[in-house]
Amino acid sequence: MANTACFIIVSRNDIPIYEAEVGSAPKKEEAAHKHQFILHAALDIVQDLAWTTSAMFLKAVDRFNDLVVSVYVTAGHTRLMLLHDSRNEDGIKSFFQEVHELYVKILLNPLYLPGSRITSSHFDTKVRALARKYL
Amino acid sequence: MIGAGKIKQYANVLDKPLSRGRQEVSLSAFAFLFSELVQYNQTRVDNIAELERRLEDAGYAVGARVLELLCHREKGNRRETRLLGILSFVHSTVWKVLFGKVADSLEKGTEHEDEYMISEKELLVNRFISIPKDMGTFNCGAFVAGIVKVRMGYDLAVFHWLFVTSISSNWPKLNKLLFLEKGVLDGAGFPAVVTAHFVPVEGQHRPRTTILIKFAEEVLQREARLG
Repeated sequence: MANTACFIIVSRNDIPIYEAEVGSAPKKEEAAHKHQFILHAALDIVQDLAWTTSAMFLKAVDRFNDLVVSVYVTAGHTRLMLLHDSRNEDGIKSFFQEVHELYVKILLNPLYLPGSRITSSHFDTKVRALARKYL
Repeated sequence: MIGAGKIKQYANVLDKPLSRGRQEVSLSAFAFLFSELVQYNQTRVDNIAELERRLEDAGYAVGARVLELLCHREKGNRRETRLLGILSFVHSTVWKVLFGKVADSLEKGTEHEDEYMISEKELLVNRFISIPKDMGTFNCGAFVAGIVKVRMGYDLAVFHWLFVTSISSNWPKLNKLLFLEKGVLDGAGFPAVVTAHFVPVEGQHRPRTTILIKFAEEVLQREARLG
């Protein structure tokens, strides 16, 4: 499992709708702030890159010291972003694909308003389990 | 409930596998539900424009979900980044899943570069609906203002500046379905004004339905940039 990993889902209006620190490193508040900052900074790059390919997985789009930002853009331009220090591209791809499927299931729920926060605790549990499995 | 015994029960929606979309629903059941939707909204509005907006919003919610689901299920996780790609996605994939067939035609507007039309002889949602005469007279300007106002004030979900144009037609319009499309196009990053019109066809009793799509300027600019 990766030492540091921060996973967020950003809605198409650039609002974070889900956040999780999924790394095994002990949690520090300032680190969480730093991760958010790096991920936000990467959004501009994603916006440009998203139109150059029809693939959803954009691989590593940005880096900060030893941390890498990998991004997955869904059809509706919801962005799944992962900040990580591991170099396991296949695992990250599988992680994104499985989380994407979970996201589609959440979206299909008529009681979920597209673009609002994902508060389901089941979703959270499953994402963390996937992170343990793939990252 | 028919078939209730056969369906496996899942504790949570996340455990349930995604539907493969093979099941069909009965047309009469759908028509009944849709007529209820129209009637429900009709009791809550003062004018046609308001009614159209409510139906648009209802369709928008469907469109946003259909886009995400179909790209995942039918397209093997490929996104559409080009204008023609997304149009043919709507015309064939989306149409097929929603209405069981591809749309009758997809054309480029002759007068404007940014307009496209999807036509259908007998649109599924219009099949059992005829518009009373008194609903055919409404102010086109109010309709346009309604769309702009709605989009500005309504959810934060649609930040795109909408490029609105008024389209005059002598035929009564009821933009029932339009947001099925709009949800897809907007969600995929192709903001557009989408309107539904009745177009009379010679020698036929019922007019056909044309869905007019007018893309926002930014879409065409991006399209030109991508080459």
